[in-house]
Amino acid sequence: MSFINYASREINCKIVYYGPGLCGKTTNLQYIFNKTAEEAKGKMISLATETERTLFFDFLPLALGEIRGFKVRFHLYTVPGQVFYDASRKLILKGVDGLVFVADSQDERLDANIESMENLQDNLEEQGMKLEELPFVMQYNKMDLPNLTPTEELSKLLNPRKVPEFTASAVTGDGVFETLKAVAKLILIDLKKGAGS
Amino acid sequence: MLGPQSTFVMYDEEFKRINFLIEKLLRESNSKVIFLVDKNGQLIAATGETEHLDTTSLASLTAGNIAATGGLAKLIGEKEFSILFHEGEKDNLHISIIGTRVILVIIFDQRSSLGLVRLRVKKASNELAAIFDELAKKAESETKPGQGESPFAEITDDDIDNLFS
Repeated sequence: MSFINYASREINCKIVYYGPGLCGKTTNLQYIFNKTAEEAKGKMISLATETERTLFFDFLPLALGEIRGFKVRFHLYTVPGQVFYDASRKLILKGVDGLVFVADSQDERLDANIESMENLQDNLEEQGMKLEELPFVMQYNKMDLPNLTPTEELSKLLNPRKVPEFTASAVTGDGVFETLKAVAKLILIDLKKGAGS
Repeated sequence: MLGPQSTFVMYDEEFKRINFLIEKLLRESNSKVIFLVDKNGQLIAATGETEHLDTTSLASLTAGNIAATGGLAKLIGEKEFSILFHEGEKDNLHISIIGTRVILVIIFDQRSSLGLVRLRVKKASNELAAIFDELAKKAESETKPGQGESPFAEITDDDIDNLFS
């Protein structure tokens, strides 16, 4: 749910990065933070455990520029991926405008990806939202590692609707901005549709 | 009141009225900073000594805090905890919920007191809630087809692409 402020001429949108534990959601945000110009970003906040596992969320505000005289701001959030943090994940999904599912492409994480995708759908439904109705993109992460599930198979299992999908390596940055751009674009198109209806 | 999934819209007129009210509350409660945040973490308005404050981060963490305490409330059978208070060595935080969707945050030090802040917040909350109700109705009527000019109806693919260039 975006926030349109006619007084300060701003649009604010919320993007959530979802996916199983250790799939690279935080690494996506860290890469975006490191590669974004100072004036376009705010502070990145990580509520993490001592071992750098996300405890509640990471937060990164980005100001991309202007559209029709309105400043466009995106607030990027990650959820904690570990299974037992489900209560926190639900909270972060509230008011989401666009979703990125970060899949861990390593063979041994296939089950975790599927479980997390089902968890995402359940949690959205619980709040009266449907994944099919939200701007949504897929990212197949960790392409730099060996023993990967073939992308076609991941796509078949995780992306039956064929939403925009990207291969990525969040550590090196490959595919990170492509993913972000794609979801941002879908959100703005959604906003446009909402305005016209 | 605004539904959980509708777009939150702020107009000039209401923005001025909201700012007027929180400036008044700032004076009457002797506080340092006041800001309003929507439950999803977007900053709505801020007043007081905000120059050295990262208001964007504050807004996001406040919303996270309210969300987490709301989750705790549900677990023990409460609807929500409508007031949170954090006491620091110098500065304190008073967080309260206005209506169903807006969070009011007040930062104050020894020049004020919890009692005074609570008293002033009570009155101001009702006035603020009334404005947010009006905003919700206004936003609803203006998004009906054929009414009002939305600047986003005209967005082109080029506009969107230019954002990332």
